[in-house]
Amino acid sequence: MSSQPITQTRLVEVRKNVLKQNDILARELRQRFHDAGVYVVSLVSSPGSGKTAFLEKTLALLRSGYRVAALVGDLATENDAARLARSQVPVKQITTGTLCHLEAAMVRDALNGWDLDQLDFLFIENVGNLVCPSSYDIGEELRVVLLSVTEGEDKPLKYPTIFHTADLAVLTKMDLAEAVEFDLAAADSNIQRVRPGMRLLKVSSKSDAGMSEWLQFLAAVRTH
Amino acid sequence: MHELSIAMSIVEMAEEEVARRGAQVNAVHLKLGALAGVVKEALLSSYEIACEGTDLEGSRLVVEEIPIVVYCPTCLSARTLSSTQWFVCPECNRPVSEVLHGRELEVSALEIQA
Repeated sequence: MSSQPITQTRLVEVRKNVLKQNDILARELRQRFHDAGVYVVSLVSSPGSGKTAFLEKTLALLRSGYRVAALVGDLATENDAARLARSQVPVKQITTGTLCHLEAAMVRDALNGWDLDQLDFLFIENVGNLVCPSSYDIGEELRVVLLSVTEGEDKPLKYPTIFHTADLAVLTKMDLAEAVEFDLAAADSNIQRVRPGMRLLKVSSKSDAGMSEWLQFLAAVRTH
Repeated sequence: MHELSIAMSIVEMAEEEVARRGAQVNAVHLKLGALAGVVKEALLSSYEIACEGTDLEGSRLVVEEIPIVVYCPTCLSARTLSSTQWFVCPECNRPVSEVLHGRELEVSALEIQA
């Protein structure tokens, strides 16, 4: 029997948060936003849930009373930024390439050249994805998860983590609810299962239903 | 799929330790919470790719899965949840929202060659 060299290993404790770098940057951003008096709202959802339409409507409605701007994350195109530019507020695209989520450093870099003191609200539209954005703090004050009625009532159960990191749920495309036989009670109960106490707003970017409640919500959280 | 960038961060952290201690790392121990938003299997295969061509090549990633532990304000105690899909206290069945554990994504220890 050949003798194997005995390799001894020892375990050394490290305790390091893997996303520490991102978390530090996010904290710095949050402080900057706070100092500048700008309220930052991020939007997360699956692709095609109506994030851009909802944001477009929000920007157009808020513009008369507040100074607003938006950053939009997208994998490859600048279509969303072009659409949002129609709402006549400052909009910047963050093209993430193949990256499936925004990180704090991308937000920081995108803010270059913007005077945050001149803003009341900043919206950040994350990449359409219900998985990856949940791990990354991007310095926002309020994280809104959007769910469209066409996606089905069980989305919160399929993606509990993103619902768990969000502060508010917005149900979009309510104008289609009847046509797709959307079960609102089931959807709300699923949201409450994964995130007890989470508030749910119901909107239609097409008919403007629920938009005034959303604007009131924003005005209230901003002055809070 | 953000597991690859997470794996790369883990490798980077371990490499720093290699440089600091001048010792070879055989394994990296990671605490992974059920609410961290990271899929263990995807992370394990990403880890191998991330290690290629680095000092960590050939090392193992040992994942310790951390369940969700919440504080139940009714029972006044910490409770472990068995599912990410149901935030109710397993004892009193009331909704619970204060998460104590389950968000971890943390390199806890390194196995180094003595």
